[in-house]
Amino acid sequence: MNLILFTFIVLLGFTSYYFGRRKAYTIQSTNKRLTALPQFYGYYLAIWCAIPAFIIFSLWAIFEPTIVKLLILSDYSNQGYLDDELNLIYEKTKALSRGQFTGEITPFIEASAEKYLSLRSIAQSSKAVIVLSIIIASVAYAYKKISSNSRTREPVEKFLKVVLFTASLAAILTTVGIVFSLIFQTIDFFKVIPLFDFVFGTHWYPAKAFVRDSSEALDPTMYSDTFGAVPIFAGTFFIAFIAMCVAIPIGLMSGIYLAEYASVKVRQYAKPLIEILAGIPTVVYGFFAALTVGPFLKEIGNSMGLDVSAESALAAGGVMGIMIIPFISSLSDDVITSVPQSLRDGSYAMGATKSETIKKVIFPAALPGIVGSILLGVSRAIGETMIVVMASGLAANLTLNPLESTSTITAQIVVILIGDQAFGDPKTQAAFALGMSLFLVTLCLNIVALRVVKKYREKYE
Amino acid sequence: MKKNGVKMIKINSKNVDVFYGKKQALFNINLDIEENQVTALIGPSGCGKSTFLRCLNRMNDVIDICRVKGQIIINDFDINDKSCDVVRLREKIGMVFQKPNPFPKTIYENISYGPTIHGMAQSKNEMDEIVETSLKKAALWEEVKDRLDEPGTGLSGGQQQRLCIARAISVKPEVILMDEPCSALDPIATAQIEELIDELKKDHTIIIVTHSMAQAARVSQNTGFFHLGELIEHGSTDKIFKNPENKKTQDYITGRFG
Repeated sequence: MNLILFTFIVLLGFTSYYFGRRKAYTIQSTNKRLTALPQFYGYYLAIWCAIPAFIIFSLWAIFEPTIVKLLILSDYSNQGYLDDELNLIYEKTKALSRGQFTGEITPFIEASAEKYLSLRSIAQSSKAVIVLSIIIASVAYAYKKISSNSRTREPVEKFLKVVLFTASLAAILTTVGIVFSLIFQTIDFFKVIPLFDFVFGTHWYPAKAFVRDSSEALDPTMYSDTFGAVPIFAGTFFIAFIAMCVAIPIGLMSGIYLAEYASVKVRQYAKPLIEILAGIPTVVYGFFAALTVGPFLKEIGNSMGLDVSAESALAAGGVMGIMIIPFISSLSDDVITSVPQSLRDGSYAMGATKSETIKKVIFPAALPGIVGSILLGVSRAIGETMIVVMASGLAANLTLNPLESTSTITAQIVVILIGDQAFGDPKTQAAFALGMSLFLVTLCLNIVALRVVKKYREKYE
Repeated sequence: MKKNGVKMIKINSKNVDVFYGKKQALFNINLDIEENQVTALIGPSGCGKSTFLRCLNRMNDVIDICRVKGQIIINDFDINDKSCDVVRLREKIGMVFQKPNPFPKTIYENISYGPTIHGMAQSKNEMDEIVETSLKKAALWEEVKDRLDEPGTGLSGGQQQRLCIARAISVKPEVILMDEPCSALDPIATAQIEELIDELKKDHTIIIVTHSMAQAARVSQNTGFFHLGELIEHGSTDKIFKNPENKKTQDYITGRFG
């Protein structure tokens, strides 16, 4: 029903565009100069169609459920039900009307469900009638109003600006929403677990919070030694460190090759090929790490008499490093390419060779940009989840041995949030606290990276 | 400068052709450059004068699609020969560019760059001395002697260009190529550079590409006029400006085209 209505409105929009433009042409044919191009007249009418439709649809979406609920529950109003019970009755009614109700069906509920359905259908048809009539009225009004000297270009431009603004607002509001959803849960978490224990505790064992007997009272002391985040922070930075040990040299060298040495033809093919690496889903990297690299390292380690865990920090970090290579190589390639040619010329003219020029002039000039790209790589390494979950194990060991398994913030969030969980439980809230700290860390890194890159830009522009 | 009454030829170019891909940019250039003189190359934009200048220190090597044919003989040696060591060549032939291009390093490091590459200083003292003489020769020493460790990019445009000249002369080149060195500078800075050029020709052979006829007349002893990739006329600046043989040269110099 809604879909048909929507299609109809879109068609109406096109029609009003057509009519607006036609009217403009008619005016033009009487040798009058228009204030705007004919298509602006068309867009103007289409907007007169779109805005009322949008307003009515949103009003309906906001008020229809409330009104329907009021009408349904008015039947029960004088029977002494509590609010919660009324809500339950309403939910049952809705479920029954969808045919999804499993339970004892009382005649009351059945009657309500029927009433609900009829109310809904009345609402639907009245919405259709109201929307269409208002649209037609507004378009007709605007159609009559437009003339050779009416302003159509300005409203159209303004409308576009508002649409674009709304789009960017959506992204910003989402970010704010995410931060808020993290903040409140995090605060709840720290009400039970002292911040000090979280930041400096060296035991991370959230499963302990899970195995407690449900009959036990919620006693804060029982969580001591459960949510100490040091091991997973250490694990996160350790794996990120291993990843950067792989990604920085390889990425940087391939970036330098692409920017300075590769011929146009090689670059044309090599750059997209390297960037394909960035397009591989991380879950694929994950099983590459878990099923290929991990066992391979274990075998090599065993042949050398080392005890290597199949899920080692080395495997996860190494593969993560490979994943980050294209970021660093591509970004540093861009940065190096944007070092002015005049600096290269100056250096070559002094008799410097290519490698001397790169080492002494280009690299220092590009350094801020390269540092920026590395920091972006680091924040990706810290935020990476799938590879770690699959290849590095889930037990939070506090270790600096790359051959042992360790765990990261992101992996722990996954561990906590898969399966059943109860809201309000410190274990669940721990995930939010972790998410919040992860967010803060990557935020800081990104801010520093952007600052550095900006500083670099100012230097040459 | 004359030796036994005969002017010494520093650079001798024979039948030089330059191609960018399939497009020919220079046609059969034969031009002799006299030692310890200033030679100006003039001509309308795109006539090939900068291309010719870049042939002289093989800077065209940097451009992938560029090919140079013919002989350019400096000190009895063809620099287009395979056996030519470009690093040594560019030590002998310095270059100053249109836009000042100091390295994003300190003033000191900008000057010490060349001597370091060519291993010219054995000690810190020696290097200090090279830096000081170069800056003095470029008439920049007094302005920067107290801030040698500040970035070269922080200087004014004219100072930056003099820094680039100091950088070029730090390796004691025999020839200095200047590609419109004043086109990005104001008249005062231009006058300083021109004065400097006059000073430098005692020790160096200078070739300068310029768009300013007045500048060519002021600083040069010899002038070559390029047009559409050909060397139309060359000779002493006096003769070219007062009594040109070719109609095109006359038209260009009097501002009738260009």
